Amino acid sequence: MSADTVIQLAHGGGGRLTRELIENMIVPRFGSGPLSGLPDGATLPSPGDRLVFTTDSFVVQPLDFPGGCIGDLAVHGTVNDLSVCGGEPKWLSLALIIEEGLPLTVLGRVLDAVRAAADDCGVTVATGDTKVVARGQGDGLYINTAGIGRAMPEFTLGMERIREGDCVLISGTLADHGMAVLAARQSIDFINGPQSDTGPVHRLVSAVRGLGASVRFMRDPTRGGAATVLNEMVEGRAFGILLKERDLPLAPATRAVSEMLGIDPLHAASEGRLILICAPDVAPEILNRWRALPEGAGAVCLGTVSHDKGRVILETLAGGRRLVDVPRGELLPRIC
Amino acid sequence: MNYIDGFRNPDVAEQFVRRIAEQGRALSEQGRTVHVMEVCGSHTMAIGRYGIRQLLPENVELISGPGCPVCVTDPGYLDTAIALAGRGAAIVTFGDMIRVPGSVSNLASCRAAGGDVRICYSPSAAVDLAKSMPDREVVFLAVGFETTIAPVVSLVDEALREGVANLSLLTAFKRVPPALHALLADPEIQIDAFLCPAHVSAIIGARAYEPIAAEYRVPCVIAGFEPLDILYGVNGILAQVLKREARVENQYARVVRPEGNRKAQERIAHYLEPVDATWRGMGVIPASGLGLRPEYAAFDAERKFALPVLPGHHHAGCRCGDVIKGKLRPTSCGLFAQVCTPDNPVGPCMVSAEGTCAAYFKYELPEEANLGEGT
Repeated sequence: MSADTVIQLAHGGGGRLTRELIENMIVPRFGSGPLSGLPDGATLPSPGDRLVFTTDSFVVQPLDFPGGCIGDLAVHGTVNDLSVCGGEPKWLSLALIIEEGLPLTVLGRVLDAVRAAADDCGVTVATGDTKVVARGQGDGLYINTAGIGRAMPEFTLGMERIREGDCVLISGTLADHGMAVLAARQSIDFINGPQSDTGPVHRLVSAVRGLGASVRFMRDPTRGGAATVLNEMVEGRAFGILLKERDLPLAPATRAVSEMLGIDPLHAASEGRLILICAPDVAPEILNRWRALPEGAGAVCLGTVSHDKGRVILETLAGGRRLVDVPRGELLPRIC
Repeated sequence: MNYIDGFRNPDVAEQFVRRIAEQGRALSEQGRTVHVMEVCGSHTMAIGRYGIRQLLPENVELISGPGCPVCVTDPGYLDTAIALAGRGAAIVTFGDMIRVPGSVSNLASCRAAGGDVRICYSPSAAVDLAKSMPDREVVFLAVGFETTIAPVVSLVDEALREGVANLSLLTAFKRVPPALHALLADPEIQIDAFLCPAHVSAIIGARAYEPIAAEYRVPCVIAGFEPLDILYGVNGILAQVLKREARVENQYARVVRPEGNRKAQERIAHYLEPVDATWRGMGVIPASGLGLRPEYAAFDAERKFALPVLPGHHHAGCRCGDVIKGKLRPTSCGLFAQVCTPDNPVGPCMVSAEGTCAAYFKYELPEEANLGEGT
């Protein structure tokens, strides 16, 4: 293997190979704008009075999975965290931790995915870093992205604003990312398996502007799934959330894999969905606005805020009621 | 998925619930309460997952039995597994063993301290691992009931065929019928009927329960794991109880045959022989386990490494033993949900994905369900 085809330790050494890596891989994709001239830090215009700032690291295995790869996931994850806080995503940092031996073609493909996702989300990669670790010290590639967004003044969001009787909306099917990643693992090989939903939610957030205080709270159900997000909302509160099993939106392939592996789809991650709590009178309007967007085509009302104090409860197909607990244990592989 | 949906149809469920209620009323008029033990951990989980306990009348009580293989494994078994890791062996296990408490530690702590403990989804991963590192010993934690036993012994097949000499099994295989005998023979436990396991029955066959139904006069109804299977199973049990019958009824005929899976039975008998086994909470039950025959001693980790499994020690306050026997509801254990939670489990019933305490913690709404206090 030569320096032309795979990452070597020297690519992280700060010398000639490092420069080549930056010039050949990074600059062509991200070299215009704040990164131009490769300064140590980006100098950015202030986008408004208040900023939203977040960071997230991505260690998904495998790097490629049905429906996406670590590159677009790393953009969507951070863009979505900004969006659900009422932020309009503006800038990203991109830090790569690359394992010695990673083929440059793989790195190139991942960086292409980063660029394409950033363009789709209207964000600019403004600064970055590259490190190389020895073979065996990383799983091919880890990515960290941090993001800055402009806080949109029209949103006043908070869990404390949720009221009994509110509606719980979701922008599409549950658990597709978690199941796609599980199915992509070598040991479990599915044909026509689930596709990850990795994607941005910023347009879904923008679509609900102007509805004022009726929009109470938003969250993207990533690691831990919808069950975790919903439990966080009701923990220690006077209200709970009631879901109906027959209304849970599930793609057939995702449902099949979750049945086969015995994993509750409420426990598995999405990477391009938005859960939103709103007053019941605006729910139909929000669903209409979402359904007009490709990423919101499958939007439904998932449940209601109920009197079930501090608990998330599922009305089952058999007609019984059961608790929806948060997932525990470590059986799931790394998914984000 | 259409196949599954048929067994989750809400309208049919409602009809069954109504019939169960009618039979419950008829029994109630006779002053009778029915204690139905669901033997299998997967039934316990499905009952929780579909909220079935609340759909039953007050005088029909579901009691969870000893059908979670991880839960009935003695702590001494974990002690030996941890000792093997300490000697440098790679331990390969299904995920739910990883946090089950041994006498002093568990496999998760062992791994954190540098032990080579790996989780697999399929037993064949152990053969692959052994082949990939021929200079190290690989030990597969062979825990399970009849369902799991057949595929696990096929590991020995594969290892023999491929000349893999660095793989062995630490066995804690258990058989369901001897445990049912032991439960019925215990005067402290009130069991009026068994909801018999689905997958175990696919291997051992419906006829395996006939001696139990005849000797102890209890109805034995084999049911699948879908909500309608379970409701239909309970319905069938109540019909027998009302008529004071005690038959084996196979309601899972789409999978279970009267004679079972002959091929699997032959494989099991070829490699394994009955041995006395220690069940957590129940003690030693004669001929209730299966161990490798002497001619396959090279694959038996206990013999290969001269590290026999000795009885271990339980946490003093843990009442998993009583839960396993159906003598105590998890919610009546002083540690439940206070000291003992899935994040910090004291006993195995809170660890396993099929454990009774885990099922109650995860799914049950105590104030809404028909729980009672156990038998």
